[in-house]
Amino acid sequence: MAPEKELVQLIGFWGSPYVLSVRWALKLKGIEYEYHEENLLKKSPLLLQYNPVYKKVPVLLHNGKPLVESLMIIQYIDETWKQNPLQPQDPYERAKTLFWAKFAHEKCIAPMVSSFFKIGEEQEKCVKEACEHLRTLESALEEGKRFFGGETIGFVDIAAAWMGCWARIIEEILSVKLIDEEKMPRLIAWFSNVVEVPALKECMPPTQNLLEHNIKFRKFLVAAAERLQSVPLTGN
Amino acid sequence: MAEELKLFRTWSSPFALRVVHALKIKGLEYETIFEDLSTKSASLLQYNPVNKKVPVLVHNGKPICESLVILEYIDETWKQCPLLPRDPYDKAEARFWAKFGDEKIFSSIWKVLITQGKQQEEAIVEAVQNLKLIEEQLKDKKFFGGETIGYLDIAFGWTVNLIGILEEIIDQKLVDEEKLPLLSAWMQNFSDDPVIKDCWPPRDKMIVKFQVMREPYLKNLVSQ
Repeated sequence: MAPEKELVQLIGFWGSPYVLSVRWALKLKGIEYEYHEENLLKKSPLLLQYNPVYKKVPVLLHNGKPLVESLMIIQYIDETWKQNPLQPQDPYERAKTLFWAKFAHEKCIAPMVSSFFKIGEEQEKCVKEACEHLRTLESALEEGKRFFGGETIGFVDIAAAWMGCWARIIEEILSVKLIDEEKMPRLIAWFSNVVEVPALKECMPPTQNLLEHNIKFRKFLVAAAERLQSVPLTGN
Repeated sequence: MAEELKLFRTWSSPFALRVVHALKIKGLEYETIFEDLSTKSASLLQYNPVNKKVPVLVHNGKPICESLVILEYIDETWKQCPLLPRDPYDKAEARFWAKFGDEKIFSSIWKVLITQGKQQEEAIVEAVQNLKLIEEQLKDKKFFGGETIGYLDIAFGWTVNLIGILEEIIDQKLVDEEKLPLLSAWMQNFSDDPVIKDCWPPRDKMIVKFQVMREPYLKNLVSQ
């Protein structure tokens, strides 16, 4: 019997790292899909229909059924398409992988992203928090291993290694330090090992475009914060 | 090989309760270690050096942390009485609503507890809206898992305990049978289940605990 025709669609935004991680998963699995670019300033009825709770990208549609939240989408992809497994088979190793992917998202990436939306003391607090947890993530990486789980690319790599690129952009725009060359050599090597994989490198948006886009975005956020405070701000 | 299972928990942690429920449903024997979070044991810090929190499940010496991660581990390791749906899409939906519960329900219920007057009224409206979204997932089933308790029932289970306690403290109904009929029925079914009903923490102790937690926030509101 011929296999049912799969229809896979991805609703995304070119500058979103969460969308990127889903594209990476689809690429590694060799899954063909249609891509729909969203204008996040004017969200489409499609996005609002398929992600009514959070109204965010990425949204994966598999034969018309929506999946949201990048980590959950990647888990779904891995469980549905069995080639090139991203997660380990052993339940204990899987649990460790899930734990670290969640840690990277909730403790490292979330405060990093928050810092971009904040100013002054609140921003400093987010940066400090991100740095502290990045040091923990550094200690979870094993010396000499190319990827998080070993020599093959996997779930944690796809879910989180993009943060190196975005951290550099945040550092440049906010004039803060997130990645410490002395204290985080394994993280730096890991970021580079993952994004240099040719299949993944192909999907990366150009850094210059990301920088320009986020500079504009930051100006917009600062202006909005100033209006709320009714006091002009200096610095970044 | 004899299985060795240990659960590090506190007497009141709703996240630890999830693991207690799951272990009971699977019929698993385990040792409980109660922690006092103001003076964490060396064992807890050894098994969960990253977050230093409960619950931690230790299986034959190997620690697993984070309650939802633990639930998945338990379900993958012991195949009797499956908790998660088999179909990847249904599984993804269950995971989504569990996360929604942790992010939105918990925070909206907390807001109801620590506010009063108009602020509390608004917090109640928000909490009920979020609870309505959860209720929609029940459809016409007895439990989120269908005829039997599953992953999402266990993930939401803490709401059954905490909402009742909150309602007593603020002397108001949050989940009433008119506004949330399906959820109300689910709470009763879940509570009455023989596996669940013996596991609740002591109610009086919980009421005192949350009253004490609430005090500083109310004092702050009064002084503003």
